[in-house]
Amino acid sequence: MNDFAESVRTAVDLIFHADPKLLHTVALSLSVSGTACLVAAGFGLAGGAWLAVAQFPGHRLAVLGLNTLLALPSVVVGLVVYLLLSRSGPLGHWGILFTPAAMVIAQTVLVLPVIAALTRQLVGDSLRDGGDQLLSMGARPITCALLMLVHDRWAVLTILIAAFGRAIAEVGAVMVVGGNIDGVTRVMTTSIALETSKGDLPLAMALGLVLLGVVAVVNMLLGVAQRGHGSALAGVR
Amino acid sequence: MAMLLTMDRVSMRFGEVQALKNVSLGVSRGEFVALVGPNGSGKTTLLRAMHGLLRHRGARTVGTEAGRQAMVFQRPFVMRLTVRNNLRLALWLAGVPRAQWDERVGAALQRVALHGLEQRPARALSGGQQQRLALARAWAVQPALLFLDEPTASLDPTAKREVEALLAGFVADGMTLVMSTHNLGQAKRLASRVVYLEDGEIHADLPTAEFFNGRLQGRAQQFLKGEMAWTIE
Repeated sequence: MNDFAESVRTAVDLIFHADPKLLHTVALSLSVSGTACLVAAGFGLAGGAWLAVAQFPGHRLAVLGLNTLLALPSVVVGLVVYLLLSRSGPLGHWGILFTPAAMVIAQTVLVLPVIAALTRQLVGDSLRDGGDQLLSMGARPITCALLMLVHDRWAVLTILIAAFGRAIAEVGAVMVVGGNIDGVTRVMTTSIALETSKGDLPLAMALGLVLLGVVAVVNMLLGVAQRGHGSALAGVR
Repeated sequence: MAMLLTMDRVSMRFGEVQALKNVSLGVSRGEFVALVGPNGSGKTTLLRAMHGLLRHRGARTVGTEAGRQAMVFQRPFVMRLTVRNNLRLALWLAGVPRAQWDERVGAALQRVALHGLEQRPARALSGGQQQRLALARAWAVQPALLFLDEPTASLDPTAKREVEALLAGFVADGMTLVMSTHNLGQAKRLASRVVYLEDGEIHADLPTAEFFNGRLQGRAQQFLKGEMAWTIE
């Protein structure tokens, strides 16, 4: 049997035997990435909406900087957060390095630019379409921008799905700040990296398939919600 | 009649283009002013400046009796919400007390014949219905002064007639309207006063009967001759 077929069989075994270790790893992955996305959504949606209407010297530079951060390497994020949270770092007294909390912080930093940059673009485009109408109704610019988040809520959900995908699939940041401690900070991507380094490629591949499966289920649930909304708006322009 | 809005020597430039040149115009209570002119003449710019949506040179003075203002755009923008919530949003933004919302929403939808569609997604309405919703949204906040930017330009003849009937009703209610339009026939049917703009300048500002009595001079007369045959319906 080739490695790929064996990895599929292993993945099926892991899922159907409800391996407790696997379940814990999946649960930790979901909770770390989910929490990071929620925190980043709070700041990113508001910040992106604000940046779409803000006028200040250096605005273009700020937008350029934000868009550049879309390519932020996850290992660099991990390294920066590690330096901040390490015992000798400015936030060392928090004592959260190598805990899931540190992993949440790292992933929040990682996905925040994604959410903020895409939100700024989305809100900016919508404001070109309906901004004057909302202003004429008495809304202040920031109110217009926030209302556009409601108007484009399904596109906002797509942005959050993309951010969640980036968070749950990254390995560099969580590896550096989490330490890949078995049963404590080991998530799916760090497990895959570990099994790969041990040479257990079928198990690594199987974990990769499980990871994709988990993300597919999350996307499917959100997709069902979107389709439900879509059918209610059949024929909508 | 009380002056609701005065624009005094208003100028506006978009890059190299001088959109408005020293435009002076006043709007009194109860008037229906039609802004007419060729494409790029500055009608929409003037309308937006009058509504306070654009920064410009010169003075914009809002009369003490002006009250609320509202604007309806050529392509109505409605939120991806229900018809009812679009109206409630307008009332919220206008600062209307919540206790009055339901009554006003019901009256506004009745006014534009969209009652019964309260729970429909606004974006599922036809183009004409969306424009009527935009009018209902403006009417619901009970503006003293309503600006309309070519409100029937993208509508079919039936929807156009419905909107025109609504506008006539608004005037009968005592609302003051300022509308830009390409359609001289529409201006003749609805307006009490016609302002002709070209190259960002006012070339004629006359009561409707005088504007269309054939005694116009210069560019306004040329425009009238050229456009009337095409647009009067």
